[in-house]
Amino acid sequence: MFPGLNADAEMLRTLRTVCGVETIVVQYTETELPAGVDLVTIPGGFSYGDYLRCGALAKASPILAAVKKHADRGGFVLGVCNGFQILCEVGLLPGALTPNVHQRFECGDWYVKTTATTPFTRNLGDVWRLPIAHGEGRYQASPRELERLEKEGLVALRYCNAQGDFAPEGNPNGSMFDIAGIVGGPRKNVLGLMPHPERMSEALQGGDDGKWLFLAVTAA
Amino acid sequence: MPTTLPTDPPITPAVLKQHKISPSEYERIQAALGRDPSFTELGVFSVMYSEHCSYKSSRVHLRRLPTKGPRVIQGPGENAGVVDIGDGFAAVFKMESHNHPSFIEPHQGAATGVGGIMRDVFTMGARPIASLNSLRFGRSDHPRTPELLRGVVAGIGGYGNCIGVPTVGGEVMFDEAYDGNILVNAFTCGVARTDRIFYGRASGLGNPILYIGAKTGRDGIHGATMASDEFQEGVAAQRPTMQVGDPFMGKLLLEACLELFATDALEGIQDMGAAGLTSSSVEMAGRAQSGLEIDLDLVPRRAKKMQPYEILLSESQERMLLVAKQGREPEVLAICKKWDIDAAVIGHVTSTGKWVVKATPGYDPLDASPIARDAVVVCEIPVGAVNDDAPVYDRPRADDAAHAARTHLGDDEVPAIGSIEAELLAACGSPNLGSRAWIYRQYDQIVRGGTMVRPGSDAAIVRVQCERDGDVFYKYLSFAVDCNGRMGELDAFAGGAMAVAEACRNLVCSGAEPIGLSDCLNFGNPERPEIMQQLSRAIDGIAAACTALSVPIVSGNVSLYNETSTPSGTRAILPTPGIAGVGQLADPADAVTQYFKDDGDLIFVIGRAVGTPRTSLSGSEWLTRKLGKIVGDAPVIDLALEASVQSLVLGLARARLLASAHDVSEGGLAVAVAECCVTAPRAELDRGAEVALPMTGAGAVAEAAALFGEAPTRVVVSVRPGDEAAATSMASAAGVRFERIGVVGGDALALTLGARSSRVFVAELRSAREGCLGSIVGR
Repeated sequence: MFPGLNADAEMLRTLRTVCGVETIVVQYTETELPAGVDLVTIPGGFSYGDYLRCGALAKASPILAAVKKHADRGGFVLGVCNGFQILCEVGLLPGALTPNVHQRFECGDWYVKTTATTPFTRNLGDVWRLPIAHGEGRYQASPRELERLEKEGLVALRYCNAQGDFAPEGNPNGSMFDIAGIVGGPRKNVLGLMPHPERMSEALQGGDDGKWLFLAVTAA
Repeated sequence: MPTTLPTDPPITPAVLKQHKISPSEYERIQAALGRDPSFTELGVFSVMYSEHCSYKSSRVHLRRLPTKGPRVIQGPGENAGVVDIGDGFAAVFKMESHNHPSFIEPHQGAATGVGGIMRDVFTMGARPIASLNSLRFGRSDHPRTPELLRGVVAGIGGYGNCIGVPTVGGEVMFDEAYDGNILVNAFTCGVARTDRIFYGRASGLGNPILYIGAKTGRDGIHGATMASDEFQEGVAAQRPTMQVGDPFMGKLLLEACLELFATDALEGIQDMGAAGLTSSSVEMAGRAQSGLEIDLDLVPRRAKKMQPYEILLSESQERMLLVAKQGREPEVLAICKKWDIDAAVIGHVTSTGKWVVKATPGYDPLDASPIARDAVVVCEIPVGAVNDDAPVYDRPRADDAAHAARTHLGDDEVPAIGSIEAELLAACGSPNLGSRAWIYRQYDQIVRGGTMVRPGSDAAIVRVQCERDGDVFYKYLSFAVDCNGRMGELDAFAGGAMAVAEACRNLVCSGAEPIGLSDCLNFGNPERPEIMQQLSRAIDGIAAACTALSVPIVSGNVSLYNETSTPSGTRAILPTPGIAGVGQLADPADAVTQYFKDDGDLIFVIGRAVGTPRTSLSGSEWLTRKLGKIVGDAPVIDLALEASVQSLVLGLARARLLASAHDVSEGGLAVAVAECCVTAPRAELDRGAEVALPMTGAGAVAEAAALFGEAPTRVVVSVRPGDEAAATSMASAAGVRFERIGVVGGDALALTLGARSSRVFVAELRSAREGCLGSIVGR
């Protein structure tokens, strides 16, 4: 946890109640992860208010060195929304999340398609309806970086329309290549994504497509 | 006798006028003190006697509101109202205005409004779980409207999204009466353990007083006084009194306070809101009938060379005043350090009945080498003088002599309905009836993961996970805010009653039982008898509806002086008594949404249009748009019928007999049915319908009333064919009209009106609704 993150309640609930896994909250001031951790999640929010640049200040936190080590060893890391921004800031994932193309915060359900085989997804080509809630979620990277991501199968999730087709009306924020989430790490064990699967993992929330992501990674 | 500071200007009639202290109020101050006040004391009296803090014009009338009920734990008078929701938990909520600041600087004004109401709620020990807002802007083509709408929405979102409280609903209306005075009313609900509710009381002789949160600056000095004045043209000059919100600090303060509440180290706590350190400390002392002494030298500050006057009256945001139990200060300070917020012991509770403030003249801790501290008394005021003994006025009231002529509607003035298709599309795409998605998409509606029904239905529903000693309880709360100032303009009593009725109707339409209300009374200048009459009658209307529906008002706020004087005269806003309703679902499976679900479901109207076709058009959106003015006879509401209808709708929801339920309000029955067709969360879920609209009589008035009349006390529901018999029998047992008007299905809404018929594709209706706000803001 970092000061200012606010999407911890739903992340904990999803992991505990929906997936039935054991969870432990680690503060940003810690320098080591507890022994036996399989999956590190960095939830969404506004770390340090995001006044400078999303995630920019969080990267100086002591715990991130331990998270990096965990990722380099092949441990699973999931960054959602601000968590994705932090993963990009610390270099665990390439590219950057910049202000939405229409310059407004955007909250609502959008469709994403799984476009790579990763530990966080089930079948290639699944279409999930997931909510987003961000002001800075426009994924950008250099053309060379994008080409590499594509070639190496690291583009995990792309925004699409309800039918699963990539189309301008399916892209909520102007992300390049409709990118909603990417994977990295030695065995695609680090996922960053802007949509909130933890806010759509129970029918009461209006849908439960998000639970598949957690079920996949906690089973992996 | 307080020391006169070298920087104090003498108190002259001009200084009194600046502080908006009338000659009789000055005499009252002299009598309370037994001497002349110091300049610093005058500043204190000025804010505490302001309308915003003292409720001096409204207090005698607010006493008529029903505020008690079996579930009420705390009614009005505290930071927020508290209502029991079972299993040892309570809903803590309030709605508050931030109108004047939002007009001057929309983004910061709205953001600090949201921050302020959240602090009012978490101050009581509650974690905020949902926010809503009620907004009023001038006419949609007014040159400032786009900027104000963009700024207010971004400000609300900016604060709520960052602090992590979902914004789950609201309402907005455009009318030229708000051209010079927009309204921003913010509502927050939190949930607390009933055994851990905290009050703003400075009790316990000798207990330490702590200041925690952001440092004090010069922002917002005399904000409360500004909020108690009408605008002159050229309001930009008031920008220096604007506060600035910092939601990140707000979030840290929230988490620190919630951790503090769990320690049992606190005796009392209060947000430093309007009139800052002054009002928070005198109100806490007033409620506890104690006294207190504070030393301003110890107040954390960010501006240099601040005078006692400025420190006392600053409205810097994200600050709290705590009273800790003696000896527990180190615990409090340690928790604040953990969350990285400033904290300082600045005084202690006394039993003198006096509010004593000390400071060292010329001392500034920010100086490179501060002078030695040697504090002298700068204020010494009997606590009662600025609380219970503050002025209360029963201001003169009189009916507006020009009202009848202004609101007259001749029968021949009601235009004939041309093409029903064109009328319906125009209505659905109009600024007051179209989709609000452009607004709520900018709000995080789902943070914390508990939102079950998002904005866009009659009421939002939030699942709240409540925990105590390892046990988990789920509570399902429902929220709606409502008010139609045009009804209030035609009849203030009806306006107040209809706002309460609609808020509660929206809650039952979602399957929830109304458990408590918060009111936010927005009116013009109370020194004008006709405005005072509006306020008084609106309160009577609210009271009557609360009594009829058995729901109490547990918190609220009054915002007066919402008017602007221009060379051509004074323009007050429409009387706008906003009502926020909180409901509770007995079971999450009772939840109902407003949109039609399945082809073949049968459509009914519950209740009936009371009054005449003519009165149902009074102040209606359709007529106002057609004629460009708010006219008509006094609107009619039958509160006994309203109670029966609401009880039936709730009964049907709990019997699981409703596929959808939507109340008929602005836009009338035709618009309500259209909304049932096209307000599903996604276009692919939209449904068409075939509907025959009930009509009373014939002719232009009858047709317009059948389509767009806004007679209250009606609900459109859809019922699965197999449930028709059960639903009909419940309705007849309740003695409430339950009239079948059509069936769900197809890709169009087909309306029949007497011999006329029309057909509009649902896709056209959806696109008409969705285009409405984007075109106002220009994107």
